[in-house]
Amino acid sequence: MSIRERLSGNEAIAIAMRQINPDVMPAFPITPSTEIPQYFSSYVANGLVDTAFIPVESEHSAMSAAIGAEAAGARTLTATSSAGLAFMWEVLYNAASDRLPLALALVNRALSGPININCDHSDSMGARDAGWIQIYSENNQEAYDNFVQAYRIAEHASVRLPIMICQDGFITSHAVENIELLEDKEVKDFVGEYNPESYLLNSEQPMALGAYATPGYYTEAKKAQLEALKNAKLVALDVAKEYAKLSGREYGLFENYKLDDADYAMVIIGSSAGTAKDAIDILREEGKKVGLLKIRLFRPFPAEEIAEALKNAKVIACMDRTESYNGNCGPLGAEIRSALFNAKLAPEVINYVYGLGGRDVTVDSLTSVFEDMIEIDKTKNVGEKYRYLSLRD
Amino acid sequence: MATDINKITEEISWHDITEGCIVNYGGSAELFKTGEWRVNTPVFIEEKCKQCLLCIPVCPDSSIPVKDYKRADFDLDHCKGCGICEKACPFGAIEMKKGEK
Repeated sequence: MSIRERLSGNEAIAIAMRQINPDVMPAFPITPSTEIPQYFSSYVANGLVDTAFIPVESEHSAMSAAIGAEAAGARTLTATSSAGLAFMWEVLYNAASDRLPLALALVNRALSGPININCDHSDSMGARDAGWIQIYSENNQEAYDNFVQAYRIAEHASVRLPIMICQDGFITSHAVENIELLEDKEVKDFVGEYNPESYLLNSEQPMALGAYATPGYYTEAKKAQLEALKNAKLVALDVAKEYAKLSGREYGLFENYKLDDADYAMVIIGSSAGTAKDAIDILREEGKKVGLLKIRLFRPFPAEEIAEALKNAKVIACMDRTESYNGNCGPLGAEIRSALFNAKLAPEVINYVYGLGGRDVTVDSLTSVFEDMIEIDKTKNVGEKYRYLSLRD
Repeated sequence: MATDINKITEEISWHDITEGCIVNYGGSAELFKTGEWRVNTPVFIEEKCKQCLLCIPVCPDSSIPVKDYKRADFDLDHCKGCGICEKACPFGAIEMKKGEK
């Protein structure tokens, strides 16, 4: 029986964490994710969870403590944003290479500078090559649902990798929306007990973790880690199927919205997908064949599946909520172009940088992207392929 | 499950490398023959040794075996040839020889 509530994205994540009842949570506050450990520490204080909460002195320490706890055999999670994730950078890679399935609730916020506390994806996109599974959420419901599914994907025997569940700072994390929660027992049964095969506190079997890999081992270690990450794709689908039976809400690797017959396709990540759907509804009423592909799983990147879903589009707009400073493309634009090229598809692909540092993303601004695509198709004049949206010229 | 340490060699394929490079084996460092890094080699001159054991605690690699309160010859599988034992010996019972053997 689902519970109808009104919650912010941060509250929704905190409730998912309470229902999961993890063993350890080391955390350090940073806007806009601060509320997650704040709500959670009240659950700890009120005895609603059995978690050891470690108020560490920095995010580097938070991730290091999370790695230590997870390696010891404890189900561990933490939360952060922006510079906090940047400060975790060094050890994010260790969490992945040590194959520790810990969970991180990331509330996306711009990296400095200029200093800014609002939403964009520069933090998680910077960490995209750290070897973590990355899942993005459109709204509070998806943030909750994705977090409940997180450990089932991360802890799967064929995967065993850390997982980052991302939601947009303030837009999702602080906006209160309707949400349907699962019963505590349903979440507990779905997530299950954590029984690691190897863990440091196992007195029966001593182990060494974090070994130095000489050039003779390093390449093989990387390849083995990559294959485990690729396995997360199928596992995420299996877990989503089981979750759909429980919740009635379906998730895939990505979401298609009116995409099947669309000549003009937008590819987007996060909360702006909701705005794009509104723009599409209006344009569809005018008979414009527009559609959307919303990324859910970004790491591993489901390249073949996305290329297949986009194969009928004439013009594609890749929406990057970060600046990659290469003068050619953003991270999403690079992935999509590469996926299309490998599938021998050659539609026009325009890469937009949008919504930086909390810049408003509106139905009008996203409508202008579809209008640009229609114009490009009509005139065959593509113009600048890497461009800024809503920039004052 | 305990790791079969003999299978971990620089010839291992990516399929067989342990998950996360973990080694489920206690005290496995001893099996790693770091003595091949040695530059200089200590020589134990037994007739000069008074078994004072001052060389034992200063060895950074625990490469001087002790049995029944007496030291034995060097464990060259792990000795790096740093020469601290030679400096610590009051009786000239340890001499450093150039080279790894």
